[in-house]
Amino acid sequence: MSFFFEVLIGGLLAGVMYSLVALGFVLIYKASGVFNFAQGAMVFFAALTFVGLQEKFGLPFWGAFVLALAAMVVLGILTERIVLRPLVNQPQITLFMATIGLAFFIEGLAQLIWGTNVRRLDLGIKDEPIPFLLERFDMALSGFDLIAAVVAGVLVTVLAVFFQVTRVGRALRAVADDHQAALAVGIPLKQIWAIVWSVAGFVALIAGLMWGARNGVQFALTFVALKALPVLIIGGFESVTGAIVGGLIIGASEKLAEIYGVPFLEWLVRMLFNISLTLGGIELWFAYVMALLFLLIRPEGLFGEKRIDRV
Amino acid sequence: MFYREAGQFKTTYAADQALFPIRQDRYAMLAIVAIAFVGIPLFSSNYWLTALLIPFLVFSLASLGLNILTGYAGQLSLGTAAFMAVGAVAAYNFQLRIPGMPILLSFVLGGGTAALVGILFGLPSLRIKGFYLAVATLAAQFFIPWLVTKVGWFSNYSASGVITAQPIVIFGQALDTPREKYLLVLCIVALMALLAKNLVRSRIGRAWMAVRDMDVAAEVIGIRILRTKLIAFAVSSFYCGVAGALYAFAYLGSVEPDGFNLDLSFRILFMVIVGGVGSILGSFLGAAFITLMPILLDVLLTAGSHAFNLNLEPGVTSMMQLLVFGALIIFFLIVEPHGLARLWQITKEKLRLWPFPY
Repeated sequence: MSFFFEVLIGGLLAGVMYSLVALGFVLIYKASGVFNFAQGAMVFFAALTFVGLQEKFGLPFWGAFVLALAAMVVLGILTERIVLRPLVNQPQITLFMATIGLAFFIEGLAQLIWGTNVRRLDLGIKDEPIPFLLERFDMALSGFDLIAAVVAGVLVTVLAVFFQVTRVGRALRAVADDHQAALAVGIPLKQIWAIVWSVAGFVALIAGLMWGARNGVQFALTFVALKALPVLIIGGFESVTGAIVGGLIIGASEKLAEIYGVPFLEWLVRMLFNISLTLGGIELWFAYVMALLFLLIRPEGLFGEKRIDRV
Repeated sequence: MFYREAGQFKTTYAADQALFPIRQDRYAMLAIVAIAFVGIPLFSSNYWLTALLIPFLVFSLASLGLNILTGYAGQLSLGTAAFMAVGAVAAYNFQLRIPGMPILLSFVLGGGTAALVGILFGLPSLRIKGFYLAVATLAAQFFIPWLVTKVGWFSNYSASGVITAQPIVIFGQALDTPREKYLLVLCIVALMALLAKNLVRSRIGRAWMAVRDMDVAAEVIGIRILRTKLIAFAVSSFYCGVAGALYAFAYLGSVEPDGFNLDLSFRILFMVIVGGVGSILGSFLGAAFITLMPILLDVLLTAGSHAFNLNLEPGVTSMMQLLVFGALIIFFLIVEPHGLARLWQITKEKLRLWPFPY
């Protein structure tokens, strides 16, 4: 039983990492209705810039962090200015395809500037089981995962406060509700969008640091970001809570499926077709198929808003 | 002056419904067909055929398939490469398992299998739209190559997972030179393009466009949404499946599940966007553009680095490719959302008035 909980908690904590990426998507979707496919590329860009600055100029942690953040803000503002502003009022699908283009552009740019090598990112957090839990409950849980969970928690709290209390946050929510009404009461739409993209850049930087410290800073980071898509589908595109809960669900079920689902699948195949197969690696697609099934039952996600079509 | 329909009277319904109602268009089309079937095989080298023309045709067919789904029926898909993989693997297995199977029939059955799989993954499209659907098709993109790799039966228990495709033999005649393969691919692509061109102006094509433009309204006027969407998925996947089979048999000569990855799906999506969403001609223009662009970029970069005496790192070209691809997509979406096909259309309109625009 303790093994089951170990897998479950490990999965939940891994899910937190997905949530970190998914948060960036939600932010932009809420404020501008754009499904930003480039969020993964932004995570990659942020992490690579951070590591590159540390490597090339020997900057300390905070120096590199501030400069990388500045780079993300500039990227956000440029995106708003060059890509989004000319595409205002285009169908959502066009904007989505534009962000696919943006993703390619950012990936190319990041590697052109900083090179294609896999980099190690050291945040000074050990990625090994916590001895106390190992001895006491016989559970191998990484301290890194726990810290990631704390970071995600802090990030969500900060964002929640930012959205609920500050003036800019209120303006953001107004824009999310209704662009035209927001414009009518004098909220500067363009500035708001630039701010949202910058905040998403900040979230991308945090996610990039966490993922980079775990897996190394490499191109594969962009694939991790793809995993955030099923998270969003399950959680709903408009909800910060949804991003967190969706991340947890995906993380946990993915790990459980890999441990318990694979033997079951293999047994099923043996029973049905009388052939024995090794079917490891279902982590690759499990999240997507789960999202697909989920969509059939509840297309707007757990916390999303129901859409009503009108002719 | 030369391109004007003045004086060309249509006296029959057949003439009115012709694919190319203007005489100049018909002549131009005939010329293109003649060049493709006679001129190119006569005068181009093997390198051009294998490295450029065959992939161009195969990608045209695949983007034609995606264009039917995305451009005409309005269902965005990121799983094109997966459906191509289904076509390739199915064609391989039909060849392998059934003795004396004609290869062309294998291609058709491969496409048919892809169509069935396409219908399966198209089922959610009734409930979900837009990028939700895009994410759903990602499931196909990750699931299918995994399945093909894991289940040894598909690859006939080949150890490396790479399968050598069977030689192409038609009526006892082995097609092994690039020229013969090119002609085979060209025949198939031309036939299927003609079919597609007619399909999109038929009843079903119009139903697709109605669903694309507003599905609720289409439903209100009596179009059966589920059937229309599923047919779109089936036809599109059929095209992609045949393209995948040709990609494996005529271009690569091997079936490699890992080759049909997300990157390929994106590339085909780019062809559709650059060429023109919702245009048959656009699929060809886009495929030509995206196939030629990396080569052109490579030549330019090499020339540039020689001219300025730069020492470029080896990875730079591929990075530049990503950069330019991304920038082009954004550029086209902003400046000309209907792609190269629309530019061609504008040129034609200008040409009609030339040299006296009023």
